[in-house]
Amino acid sequence: MAGTWVFVEQRDGNIRKVTYEMLSQAKKLGDEVSAVVFGKGVEALAPEFAKFGAEKVYVVEDDVFAAYNTGAYVAQIIAMINEFKPNAVFFAHSFNGRDFASRLAQKLDIGLATDAIGVELSAGKGVFTRSIYAGKVLTKVEITTSPVLATIRPGVFEVADGAAAGAVVKPAVAAAAGDVYQTVKSFVATVSARPELNEAAVVVSGGRGCKGPEGIALVEQLADMLGAAVGGSRASIDSGWLGHELQVGQTGKVVNPNLYIAAGISGAIQHLAGMSSSKFIAAINTDTEAPIFNVSDYGVVADLFKVIPTLMSELKK
Amino acid sequence: MKVVVCVKQTFDTEAKIELKDGKISDAGINLIINPYDEVAVEGAIQLKEKGVATEVVVISAGADKAMDAIRTALAMGADRGILVTQDTAADEYARAVALAAAIKGENPDLVLAGHVAADDGASQVPTRIAEILGLPHVNVITAIEIAGGKATCTSEADGGTQVTEVAVPAVISSQVSWNEPRYPSMKGIMAAKKKPVATVAAAAAENKTKIIEFSLPPAKQAGIKLEDEPEVVATKLADWMKNTVKVEVK
Ligand SMILES: Cc1cc2nc3c(=O)[nH]c(=O)nc-3n(C[C@H](O)[C@H](O)[C@H](O)COP(=O)(O)OP(=O)(O)OC[C@H]3O[C@@H](n4cnc5c(N)ncnc54)[C@H](O)[C@@H]3O)c2cc1C
Ligand SMILES: Nc1ncnc2c1ncn2[C@@H]1O[C@H](COP(=O)(O)O)[C@@H](O)[C@H]1O
Repeated sequence: MAGTWVFVEQRDGNIRKVTYEMLSQAKKLGDEVSAVVFGKGVEALAPEFAKFGAEKVYVVEDDVFAAYNTGAYVAQIIAMINEFKPNAVFFAHSFNGRDFASRLAQKLDIGLATDAIGVELSAGKGVFTRSIYAGKVLTKVEITTSPVLATIRPGVFEVADGAAAGAVVKPAVAAAAGDVYQTVKSFVATVSARPELNEAAVVVSGGRGCKGPEGIALVEQLADMLGAAVGGSRASIDSGWLGHELQVGQTGKVVNPNLYIAAGISGAIQHLAGMSSSKFIAAINTDTEAPIFNVSDYGVVADLFKVIPTLMSELKK
Repeated sequence: MKVVVCVKQTFDTEAKIELKDGKISDAGINLIINPYDEVAVEGAIQLKEKGVATEVVVISAGADKAMDAIRTALAMGADRGILVTQDTAADEYARAVALAAAIKGENPDLVLAGHVAADDGASQVPTRIAEILGLPHVNVITAIEIAGGKATCTSEADGGTQVTEVAVPAVISSQVSWNEPRYPSMKGIMAAKKKPVATVAAAAAENKTKIIEFSLPPAKQAGIKLEDEPEVVATKLADWMKNTVKVEVK
């Protein structure tokens, strides 16, 4: 039994940042790290994983893996787990990653720690920190079933360079068209020039205090100036100012940026659940009593319609 | 078409959490249906109203008080309930085994669930149930259409919207933006009292994971709060962003 595997999160060859975060963190844990990638035309990506610590890159290419599908992916990884016996396998806690890991865990009749924000590994054992009850409680869960399985929250671990061999290994294809039981009819990418919420270094969010599309436009301008993602409170999503995929909070996305700017957001507990672990938090709110100030590193009690324009011209200086 | 909906009873999202003897205390906490599951219940009732579903059965695994969550779903319009009595310390594996065993007995055409529980949610249980029952699973849906033995589901995926087709029976998990759950009417609440709820013991299953500890995260310290003219505070905020946070400006 050896090694930690990181399952690569990619779509059409575009690697998501969480893959590098997982590789970097896995490397810190000491055991040999391998990347595992399924798809079509993905072998060319192997050097990318070597840069962040992958000693080996397991590449499996076949038409059946062109897009993520539970049946074929699970069949393939089970065959590989049986052959190579990794100590631990990490997946991204993402739309596909959590489906993959949960299905795999159940098929193997074993445990799984999902949405981990802390990882400790030793031979045959993993201890994972999870943030539960919308960030109000931390828990440590121990996995002793084999292999140790976990999904890792995006945006938590630092990406660190760690050149490694990245030797390509090509296991036999162990899945066929008959394993597929979901048909992806379409995937329409959200068209945005901005980074994704859970990958962005800076997030600027607007709430009901933006009062409408004009206020949101200010939030967007500030975001673009900072190369930031735009987010919103449920109030601005429910008002139709922003798409639902941009909601931050308990029933939206959990973000972990270096800087989170809340403009016209009161700081309801359900909103805080999605952003309070950001490294720095700034708040712009007219109400000095707004609870968002209790979690802010830098709060300004003022009208966002006046603050944001000045802020932008000052930042440009 | 028979629809089974998995509902977990969770803490109110406003709840302040306290630890007692190293465990999460539920003393004085208002308990609700997990918000995602409420959406799944609403989705099932709408399928019935459209004539697609004929019966909506809600199922919950947990302590006796989970009966309240079942009654709420019945008051919304579900037809009957199943309470699977189980220690609330059961992990995702043990819960999935218990729920799947009870669901299997119902032989449903569709199983709905929430995509994550708002308490210690792990986004595992519905996928595990699907695997035990040998059914496909589609996650985080915001719309569903059922016709010709197939479910066509729209999901909020990472970076886009995905439409997936699976054969039914299938397990389908909801995103909150799927619908706006109704409030139970007075009439619904009265009717719910007479609707049948079966209580069954959980199928035996040992946890596969072990909780080592719970802790409360350190309270975040409030930082600087400035009250002055907008131009003044904006300038200071810009300085802080440049000098302390070290943002890059495009
Ligand atoms: C089960 C459940 C789940 C939920 N999930 C989420 C979630 O995921 N995310 C989420 O955000 N919410 C969620 N909510 C809703 C949450 O409780 C709040 O209602 C919501 O976050 C409020 O949004 P807001 O702060 O934009 O609006 P408000 O609370 O109305 O706050 C608006 C703020 O703008 C300020 N303001 C007004 N004018 C100006 C101005 N000109 N300049 C500056 N400031 C101004 C006001 O002082 C006020 O503080 C959930 C609720 C429930 C019950
Ligand atoms: N004890 C339970 N009883 C009924 N349904 C449950 C239970 N636990 C989880 N579920 C279902 O599984 C979903 C996801 O739960 P989880 O995997 O814990 O995040 C929930 O939204 C419920 O629909």
